[in-house]
Amino acid sequence: MNAAGAVVSAVDLTRRFGEGDTAVEALRGVSLEIEPAELTAVMGPSGSGKSTLMHILAGLDKPTSGTVTIAGESITSMDDNALTHLRRKHIGFVFQFYNLLPMLTAEENIKLPLSVAGQKVDQAWFDELTTKVGLADRLKHRPAELSGGQQQRVAVARSLVAKPTVVFADEPTGNLDTKSSAEILALLRDMTAAYGQTIVMVTHDPRAAAVAARIVYLLDGRIVLDSRGASEAEILKTMNELDTLAPT
Amino acid sequence: MIRVTLKDLLGRKLRLLLTSLAVVMGVAMVSGTFVLTDTINAGFHAIFAVAYTNSNAVVTGKAVFGGSADAPSFPASTLTRIEKLPGVAAAAGGVEAAAQFVGANGKVVAHGGAPGLGFSVDPDGDQRFNPLKLVAGSWPSSSDEVAMDANTADSLHVRVGDRVGVIVSGGSEHRYTLSGVADYGNSTSLGGATIAIFDLATAQKLFDKPGELDEIDVAAKPGVSNAKLLSQIQSVLPPHTQVRTGQQQTQASVNNFGSILSIVRYVLLAFGGIALFVGSFVIANTLSITVAQRAREFATLRTMGASSRQVRWAVVLEGFVTGLFASTIGLFVGLGLAKGLEALFRAAGVTVPVTALVFATRTVIVSLAAGTIVTLVASLWPALRATRVPPIAAVREGAVLPPSRLARFGPAVALVVCALALALLCIGGFVDALATGVRFLFAGVGVLGLFVGVAMVAPSIARPLAFVLGWPATRIGGVAGSLARSNAMRNPARTASTAAALMIGLALVTAVAVLAQGLRASVVGSVTSEFRGDYVLTSENGFTPTSISSADALRKAGVATVVAGERAGDGRAFGQTIQVAGLDPGLSSLLLLRWKHGTNASMATLGRDGAIIDTGFAKSHHLVVGSPIELETPAGRTIKLTVSAVFSPPEAEDPLGTVSISSRTFDSLYANPQNVFALIATPGGVSTANTARLNKVLSSFPDAKIQTEHQFINSQEQGVNGILDLLYILLGLSIIVSLFGIVNTLVLTVFERTRELGMLRAVGMTRRQTRRMIRHEAVVTALLGATLGIPIGVGLAALFGHVLKGIPFSVPWGTIVVFVLAAILVGLLAAIFPARRASRLNILNALQYE
Repeated sequence: MNAAGAVVSAVDLTRRFGEGDTAVEALRGVSLEIEPAELTAVMGPSGSGKSTLMHILAGLDKPTSGTVTIAGESITSMDDNALTHLRRKHIGFVFQFYNLLPMLTAEENIKLPLSVAGQKVDQAWFDELTTKVGLADRLKHRPAELSGGQQQRVAVARSLVAKPTVVFADEPTGNLDTKSSAEILALLRDMTAAYGQTIVMVTHDPRAAAVAARIVYLLDGRIVLDSRGASEAEILKTMNELDTLAPT
Repeated sequence: MIRVTLKDLLGRKLRLLLTSLAVVMGVAMVSGTFVLTDTINAGFHAIFAVAYTNSNAVVTGKAVFGGSADAPSFPASTLTRIEKLPGVAAAAGGVEAAAQFVGANGKVVAHGGAPGLGFSVDPDGDQRFNPLKLVAGSWPSSSDEVAMDANTADSLHVRVGDRVGVIVSGGSEHRYTLSGVADYGNSTSLGGATIAIFDLATAQKLFDKPGELDEIDVAAKPGVSNAKLLSQIQSVLPPHTQVRTGQQQTQASVNNFGSILSIVRYVLLAFGGIALFVGSFVIANTLSITVAQRAREFATLRTMGASSRQVRWAVVLEGFVTGLFASTIGLFVGLGLAKGLEALFRAAGVTVPVTALVFATRTVIVSLAAGTIVTLVASLWPALRATRVPPIAAVREGAVLPPSRLARFGPAVALVVCALALALLCIGGFVDALATGVRFLFAGVGVLGLFVGVAMVAPSIARPLAFVLGWPATRIGGVAGSLARSNAMRNPARTASTAAALMIGLALVTAVAVLAQGLRASVVGSVTSEFRGDYVLTSENGFTPTSISSADALRKAGVATVVAGERAGDGRAFGQTIQVAGLDPGLSSLLLLRWKHGTNASMATLGRDGAIIDTGFAKSHHLVVGSPIELETPAGRTIKLTVSAVFSPPEAEDPLGTVSISSRTFDSLYANPQNVFALIATPGGVSTANTARLNKVLSSFPDAKIQTEHQFINSQEQGVNGILDLLYILLGLSIIVSLFGIVNTLVLTVFERTRELGMLRAVGMTRRQTRRMIRHEAVVTALLGATLGIPIGVGLAALFGHVLKGIPFSVPWGTIVVFVLAAILVGLLAAIFPARRASRLNILNALQYE
């Protein structure tokens, strides 16, 4: 990984869904560089293409055209196997609905990325991580025995356990109450601060975006604004005026 | 990853249990069969081992062909010659025959279908070879005495000194004084058989074996090896005899029963196999549904870095563990089933000697392997589906599995499979040139292929079929019924594969029912068209032969105008083993046959060397009237016959033998001849007075039974029905497996539609309506299985009826209606548990369910 350069870079991404008359252009030429050790928020209203962008950046979906590079490797032409190895080494995920395996304990869920990769657990790192997310006393619980906020903290710990190059968080607060949301956001920010973790967060919640060092606004499949951090109020204002920023 | 899979599996106990049930049944059948047949085998082995414990060598008669049942007796002088051999320490000879005791009710005593045996004993001789041990009284020593086994003495409530009635070879009753009671080895009976013991001279006279023996047991002098003893004995043996060591004789006797037992074993294993086959459909379907439902889980694993291969193996591993788990349960359920099957046999009148249940290593291995492999194979397709879950499904609501690259070839492949299966079936059904075994193999593989093929085609036709079959539901069930129909239609692949499991069971049951109907019709038809007598004389049970003396008694008493019996035995001609019948001349007026050459009168004019042959035999050996035939009996006697007539046997039951000779000639050729039946014409036909007169004459023949033609037909039908019931029970197992399949699908479907059900309840659907909706969906699925299965069954029956010849095609419409009702019942039963779950969903939770 090039410490100075971008961790994730996208060049001229387009993504079209469907064919003919019903075709939808979700992305219309997006280029973006994600800087290391930073929390980047991708903002935009519903249908702006922000989720599609994240899916493509994370290798979950393929662009119609354009390329994505993660840690120096071009992922857009990778086959399933190569992508699997890429995920093991470089990518962590946090989902809106947590996506924990219900039969596994919190500890087992957190260690899952290492289990599937057949790697040993760095116990010191695991202990530090679980203490950091405040789950040290909840490790033997099953997801069903945890609150939404606690489940999402398990998911955050899980995304970090393998020390990935970049963590993608998809609406991480979308299913949480205000208090839990605040805790998760603080946690994500801490991770960049404490460990220099690169995080890309997709959200439509101005409060979530407010913790980001950089905010990328998307509208109708295009980046309309790329700003350094802003307050919740500023973000709200920007969102309301997003139409005026759109290229004509 | 392995740990993750296992934890996941254990975490979903209900799913594991429901899936397992589909395999448990089949494995239980397999293990139960092995345990049962092994146990019976061990029982027989124990019996014969006791008989030959002290015998270094055993001499028996040797049939020229056929089994030991046809072995001839040999001259008693053989014993004297053996006793003089230098290596012989002691030798004893005996005779045996069928002999039965008569109970206080005037009927023969039989314990659950076990035979009545007659043995001989030398009261003054060496008893070391005698497996019977006296427990009271003494051995019979005069022509007026008999001894019996302790079990029979108990059931007859007789004691030493009492008078008891005995019949030999189904003849008339004679009374003897009970001289003693004996145990067989350490047991009070020999697997339920009754044993009548006479002194040797009396036995030889009674069994019609004067100056003859059936068996000689020999003990060697110390230091004489078995091989040396055998070679010495060999040198003095008359023709048609053989000598074996005690162990060999034990094994030979066991094998004798073993051949029947292995038929039973293969038949039962076949039904276990069918249940496993049906189970594999259920497993494949259940795993497919769960794979679809766990798409997000698999996708999440993929985003965590799991490769598609890991996901595939996770599903296969799940299949493996489920299979192993289910097989282990099935193995032990089989132990219980063995007990149950034994009871079933007992109820069917077959008493088997039972030692402790035999649980062989082979049983464990085969059962576990069968269940595990079937489950594993069934999990392969769902595993491939799981592989196709894309990682992005982790973030998409209601992700749909992408169709396989080969999916578009699906219908084509299904049709090809069907076509291949039908081709195999047709080869099996219509190519007469092939051996019957090969034809059945082709047909069997064809049937399996057809089931697979139809199951593959079914998804394409399930939607329109469900629309039609669901119509009554929309009428009966209102909104719930309409929703049920839509639900059954919305995932046709799932509905179709659920129904396919039931289809197999119903197809087989239908095929059996149609064949049985044909068999019944042909039995009734042939008896009605051929038998011209008023009464039929048979043994009490109808399938063992009866004595000639009972027919003679009727003739002598003058109560009938004609009494004509038919004997049956095995013979060999042109190197082929054939059925030989001996005909009383009177049959010419009582048995109406179709003739190619000759007339009915030919039966009365057979003379000493005349033979009636059937058209098939005539054709395969190019025989015409006047052709010579050399016939050989199992005892090694031969006779030169001349073809005097050729008859066309009816499609079904052949009333004569392949070769039929006069009863007089038959009696001179075969030892101890008996009638399989005798036809009787009475003055004025069937009447109460005639029946009473006949029965009065036969009162001294406890094993003889008089039936009118009508009663005879009924009892023949009953025989078919008995077999039919047994087959229904055995196939019922497969139906139960498919019932669990429907339960599985519905439980998983209810789980999948939690949110939808919550919505329906929220907008006012009552619990009753919810239950009704699930119930109707189950019934539509079951009816779909019936719609596919019953026609296949009818078709298969038509085909197999053709292969088996002689079974006319006749559809039992009433029974088919019953099967449709049974399918509905299966649906209703299967719906009980899922419907309860659906109706008890908490509305709020269901709506929030994510």
